[in-house]
Amino acid sequence: MPAYIIRRLLYMIPIVFGVLLLTFLLFNVVGADQAVYRLAGNNPTPEILDDIRHELGYDKPLIFSIDSQFVTHVKKAVTFNFGKALDKEPIIDKLKNGVPYSLALTVPMFFGIVVTSVSLAILAAFYRGTWFDRIILLICVAGMSFPYLSYIIFGQYFIAYKYDLFQIYFSPQRSIWSNAALPILIGIVVGIGGNVRFYRTVMLDEINSGYIRTAFAKGLSTRVVLFKHLLKNAMIPIITNTVLTLPYLCLGSLLLESFFGIPGIGGITLDAIESRDFSVISTMTFIFSILFVIFNLISDVCYAFADPRISFD
Amino acid sequence: MNENIPLLSIRNLSTHFFVEEGVVKAVEDVSFDVAEGKTLAVVGESGCGKSVTALSVMGLVPESAGRVVDGQILFRGDDLLKKTESQMRRIRGNEIAMIFQEPMTSLNPVFTIGNQIVEAVKLHQGIKGEHAWSHAVEMLRKVGIADPARRVREYPHQMSGGMRQRVMIAMALCCWPSLLIADEPTTALDVTIQAQILELLRELQKQQNMSVMMITHDLGVAAENADDVAVVYASNIVETASVAAIFEEPLHPYTQGLLRSMPRLGQKMERLESIGGSVPNPLHFPQGCKFHPRCPIGVSDQRCRTQQPQLREVAPGRCAACFHAKGYGD
Repeated sequence: MPAYIIRRLLYMIPIVFGVLLLTFLLFNVVGADQAVYRLAGNNPTPEILDDIRHELGYDKPLIFSIDSQFVTHVKKAVTFNFGKALDKEPIIDKLKNGVPYSLALTVPMFFGIVVTSVSLAILAAFYRGTWFDRIILLICVAGMSFPYLSYIIFGQYFIAYKYDLFQIYFSPQRSIWSNAALPILIGIVVGIGGNVRFYRTVMLDEINSGYIRTAFAKGLSTRVVLFKHLLKNAMIPIITNTVLTLPYLCLGSLLLESFFGIPGIGGITLDAIESRDFSVISTMTFIFSILFVIFNLISDVCYAFADPRISFD
Repeated sequence: MNENIPLLSIRNLSTHFFVEEGVVKAVEDVSFDVAEGKTLAVVGESGCGKSVTALSVMGLVPESAGRVVDGQILFRGDDLLKKTESQMRRIRGNEIAMIFQEPMTSLNPVFTIGNQIVEAVKLHQGIKGEHAWSHAVEMLRKVGIADPARRVREYPHQMSGGMRQRVMIAMALCCWPSLLIADEPTTALDVTIQAQILELLRELQKQQNMSVMMITHDLGVAAENADDVAVVYASNIVETASVAAIFEEPLHPYTQGLLRSMPRLGQKMERLESIGGSVPNPLHFPQGCKFHPRCPIGVSDQRCRTQQPQLREVAPGRCAACFHAKGYGD
């Protein structure tokens, strides 16, 4: 196992390099001249533009030189010193400020979605064909079919405004939890639909297996059979489905954060896209791909814990 | 225990499945006894309702569509059908244990076999921790698994089919059940392993003095292991007798057909005889005796085509459900 993990970590090096190269090409070669963007509408003289390009390092060679733009790009990434955003704030500080808000929103959402959808899926599979199963499926399909925005608007208008149960919009005076409660709830409601349907199919594959019958024949209670014997066998697809959504947790939720005014990473990203702040966007892309590779590895390692038949040696 | 009361006595059991196409009468008016310490073989073709009978006794008929609609299942005189689910849970795996046809899929692949045996021991015997584990090791030794102390920590995929069936037996017997239901325990195994497993079952049955209800489609298995035989055809019992009597003189035409279609040692035959026709669809059983379309007598007999013969005692200790069986009367 350790040898496997080390090997996988080494594989990360070319992947990360490839990501850096791609983001570099996308933002520095294919993308437009950033000096012009930064001064759009200010009628700059060519001299001023050249000064800015010099300041940003755009007059250096692209790739093939020791101090080329690409080398600087890579250096910035591996030292986690991503430079400054358009508003002169260091990007790393922006991230540090935003991540807690995003995590406060997405981590409870994640656990809420996983626990509710797996439990509902197990029960729906066990009571398959009954009214319970049908109602769960109906709710899931309905949940998947309504647009995300309608939940946000419904939640903000009815639950928060009319009945005053939650905060409508972020306010720094209140605790993060009271600010995040409603978006977390909406996120869970929207998230479970597809998940329940997927997990229910997974559970149905397992629930007719011989070992389930054996477990019942031993005299175990339904709860133990379903949540011990069945669940552990269904772990592989559950791990695949959940661990790979973890990187998204750090990036926050674009829609929820912007509609509820939560100053998390999602909001920062949206702002950066609107103001064409390429250095922020490229940093986000880089961080996301690193997280994705790491969590991919984590999910592979989790497989071995979930299923003894999987071995890495 | 009173010698005269059988350990398990099934009376007029009917289990039906309600599916979209109609009602599948998987078990119809089935009655038989399993005597204390004896083995009853329930013999019949696939799909005739043998396994559903077993699941009915365990209270494990798939709830989504199936239901026991009538009858009694008397275990030591108590009707199991009247018990609550939690009462049944104390009986399952404890007093009545079951082993299944597919040793490859009947064990949970993600738990060690020790874990799976200990689970039952803890549940029913109240033995805890290390004691439960040493009991599991002891059971594995009993079913003939070499190096049980090491094997107990292994997973099912590390074992062969025969070993897994031994583990299943160890798991079923770890709480000293008085009745073991073995649903085609050797069908999925090759012949040499089959003989070993049956031998093991006989031995353990003697040791633990339990009754066995052995479900099989293999008359050879029945002949070697059973004391009594119940022959099932299309959800009904057509004949019950001691194993000697049934092989000596089968009374029901279906049993006669089954015996004729068995290869015999020392007899040269071009090809085996078979029973003409095929098993009727349980959604549309034929009128009258369900066997009449395939029966040499019944196919042309007016009564067989219109009336269903009931299982009736035709000689001391043996019953048959055929108008033409010797001793059936009219």
